[in-house]
Amino acid sequence: MSSSLTFAYYPGCSGLGTSLEYDTSTRAICAALGVELVDIPDWSCCGSTPAHTVDHTLSSALSARNIAQAEELDVQGIITPCPSCLTNLKTASHRMEDEAFKEKVNKLLEKPVENKLPIMSVLQLLHEQVGVEKVAEKVVKPLEGLRLAPYYGCIMNRPPEVMNFDDCENPIAMDELMAALGADVAPFPLKVECCGASFGVARKDIVAKLSGKLLDAAEDVEAHAFVTACPLCQMNLDLRQSQVNSLTGSKHDMPVFYYTQLIGKALGLDAKSLQMDKLCVPPSKAFRKMEEAQQANAS
Amino acid sequence: MKIGVFVCHCGSNIAGTVDVATVAKEARKMPDVAFASDTMYACSEPGQDGIIEAIKEHKLDGVVVASCTPRMHEPTFRRTVERAGLNKYMFEMANIREHVSWIGKDTEANTAKAIDLVSMAAAKLVHNKGLTPKSFSVNKRVMVVGGGVAGIQAALDCADGGLEVVLVEKTPSIGGKMSKLDKTFPTVDCSSCILGPKMVDIAQHPNITLYTNAEIAEIQGYVGNFDITVNKKASYVDWEACTGCGLCTEKCPSKKSRDVFNEEIGTTTAINIPFPQAIPKKATIDAEFCRKLTNGKCGVCEKICPTKAIRFEQQDEPVSESVGAIVVATGYDLFDHTRYGEYGGGRYADVITSMQYERLLSASGPTGGHVKRPSDGKEPKNVVFIQCVGSRDKSVGRPYCSGFCCMYTAKQAILTKDHMPESQSYVFYMDIRAPGKMYDEFTRRAMEEYGTKYIRGRVSMIYPMGDKYIVRGADTLMGTQVEVEADMVVLAVGAEASKGAPQLAEKLRISYDSYGFYMESHPKLKPVETNTAGVYLAGCCQGPKDIPTSVGQGSASAAKVLALFSKDQLESDPQISEVDIKRCIGCGKCIETCPFGAIEEIDFRGMPKANVIETICQGCGICTSTCPQGAIQLQHFTDNQILAEVNVLCQQTLQQSFE
Repeated sequence: MSSSLTFAYYPGCSGLGTSLEYDTSTRAICAALGVELVDIPDWSCCGSTPAHTVDHTLSSALSARNIAQAEELDVQGIITPCPSCLTNLKTASHRMEDEAFKEKVNKLLEKPVENKLPIMSVLQLLHEQVGVEKVAEKVVKPLEGLRLAPYYGCIMNRPPEVMNFDDCENPIAMDELMAALGADVAPFPLKVECCGASFGVARKDIVAKLSGKLLDAAEDVEAHAFVTACPLCQMNLDLRQSQVNSLTGSKHDMPVFYYTQLIGKALGLDAKSLQMDKLCVPPSKAFRKMEEAQQANAS
Repeated sequence: MKIGVFVCHCGSNIAGTVDVATVAKEARKMPDVAFASDTMYACSEPGQDGIIEAIKEHKLDGVVVASCTPRMHEPTFRRTVERAGLNKYMFEMANIREHVSWIGKDTEANTAKAIDLVSMAAAKLVHNKGLTPKSFSVNKRVMVVGGGVAGIQAALDCADGGLEVVLVEKTPSIGGKMSKLDKTFPTVDCSSCILGPKMVDIAQHPNITLYTNAEIAEIQGYVGNFDITVNKKASYVDWEACTGCGLCTEKCPSKKSRDVFNEEIGTTTAINIPFPQAIPKKATIDAEFCRKLTNGKCGVCEKICPTKAIRFEQQDEPVSESVGAIVVATGYDLFDHTRYGEYGGGRYADVITSMQYERLLSASGPTGGHVKRPSDGKEPKNVVFIQCVGSRDKSVGRPYCSGFCCMYTAKQAILTKDHMPESQSYVFYMDIRAPGKMYDEFTRRAMEEYGTKYIRGRVSMIYPMGDKYIVRGADTLMGTQVEVEADMVVLAVGAEASKGAPQLAEKLRISYDSYGFYMESHPKLKPVETNTAGVYLAGCCQGPKDIPTSVGQGSASAAKVLALFSKDQLESDPQISEVDIKRCIGCGKCIETCPFGAIEEIDFRGMPKANVIETICQGCGICTSTCPQGAIQLQHFTDNQILAEVNVLCQQTLQQSFE
């Protein structure tokens, strides 16, 4: 195999819907960093949150089908930007290390899965395969002066024996990537705290409390913006920020970026592929602060 | 030969799952067996008397007892046959408890296996011969390794008993963990006030030689005659000349050296005396931080020292000592709290360990006894204590209870209120374990008189918010989540085996458990002995203990040493290797394989031959399986004896296969 990186890409359902900007910016930076993405042909739902609460075999079969589809490609592994998809793919793969379980899953599939391909998040790919140094080399517009609160969400690194990436209590992959872009990374203490997840539909009060706490903490460390790795977290912090404000009486006004958008910006990619305009809290405020800091520094 | 077989019921321990009467009946059919019976408790007085009577009545030449492990009662029964007038090596034991009744419930299978084991023992016994131990003299000096409170107690008791004592401590001063404590539970008396005088006694006792800043390099020999090499580490100061005046420590310009005594919560100078009551009170240079030793510039201490004691060129120095017994009191280490990422893992300045907090409370500590937050020096108001950090937690490989954390946390909560009456303490705990005298009363005092709020549950996370820390945990009694706003968090870290404990154990040839704690010979009946004769244990090297227990064990091991040294001559174990000089071809293979260096080459009428040094041989048998000639034989376990066991077992199998 050549030294170039070729990966099967699993966008997940939110990548084509609520987090379109995550998907397009991921594709854009991968192209810029020399990672070739091959979309998994005819991919299906990973099972998301409901499937594993009903039946572990069925839930694993849903993910296993996607793994089997990817196995037909000439790739070095499977990547996905979404931590929830990642959890399902990795959990299925982890469970199928037990041959008896794998057999049960294969009974449900049209074609059997081999379960040999490594599966990782785009974040892990950038951190471990591409490398922080390579990203730093490609930076043309450093994010100097932009103070960021890195927020990973609760499942990117958990459970550690399945996800097997970074520290489950104090992950640093995104911190290092952001620092490589020249950004000022705040020591954000709630990196892996729950945002309220899908309770945004059923119990807005819970999300308001949990996401509100994250926003408070980010302000406490004087961050200009959040940088996230999970579509659901991003939505709860960004889209629901006004809901949080009205329910808790706070006045948060903090942009919530995907880390892929910020990498794209530092690499000088065009605005269209980064789709900053899709963010609910306008990012301009944070960029203005960044520019002010850069000017103050220059003079 | 006439053999007697005694099958023990051991109450229901054996008889519950082994048909002992059948075992005895089958034993009667074995060759050379003249008598066989079952007995309720073979080890009891009537049981032993029964064996003696049978020997006399049936004129027996040897005895097999089928009962528990030889480790438990082999010496007992050997004494029994000796009392009946036989040589004590005309005895064999078949372990039908640990090897049979305790591991299976199938009576039929158990009985069959018990019969097999008895037949093997009887077959071996036919080839036994009487052995006579030799005696050797004892060097009545003792070495104590480790200068904590357990080692200090052991050394003083031995020295008061008239023995010459060598005390070896790896740090520059004796005192151990106890010397770092501010107060002790449950009396809240000053730790250094009760330990200090004992430390002075060590320094002044005419019978005690003290090596601090020194470690065990090598141990040779056996009980009664150990030869030990002690490595005295370079302190870069001539301790003969140093008076401990402290002028050098005042003037040293390198003030960022790690302060080990203060748990690195402060810094110290590169040349330092660890603490005011240090014994010996001598200066030591930390080579890593000394400007003269790192880049050749400075030498202020050398210029200022009134007794010209500084020796930058000093090297480590080996010292040889000969002793007859060793007391190991190497203590413990504290759990590394940075492994708990959710507690801040060393990232948050005001999340500190219990020992660091102890130093903040101590008048001789870096803050003069004023509790100050490391981050900004402010006095905390809300102090949260978290127990079981590195105790009772399988996820960090520490499933055991460290035992003393509940108590020292209660003490620290009480002292917190004493130091800062306006403060409020919280303790997150799993259970309160306070079983000692006045212990439970003490923890209750912390709650009831000092108003410490005890919350039963684990802490899931600590994070900073503003200049405070949010401690989030569960209250499992209320069944709810709780969050406490803290100014300072103290982690009650548990105990783990001292670093390097397994390496020292290998030098001492003693066993240690999977955590690195040293194993006693018997958990109940031989708590301070090890399986290596002449090596005794005291204090936390064996497992976490509080001060009273450590001191008690220090005295106990001293008593053992004094009892050992009450004899002028010790008997050597005759179960050692012996060379058949006619068969030996002098190839030297046994010399190479012997792990104890017990075999030497001698010249026998111009031919090289192997010779076993009786007092060093441990009877492991490696040489006997190495010897291509079969010339070296382990007494009591000769090739013939082992083959007899195998044969009797195989004959039965052979017969079965032809049926």
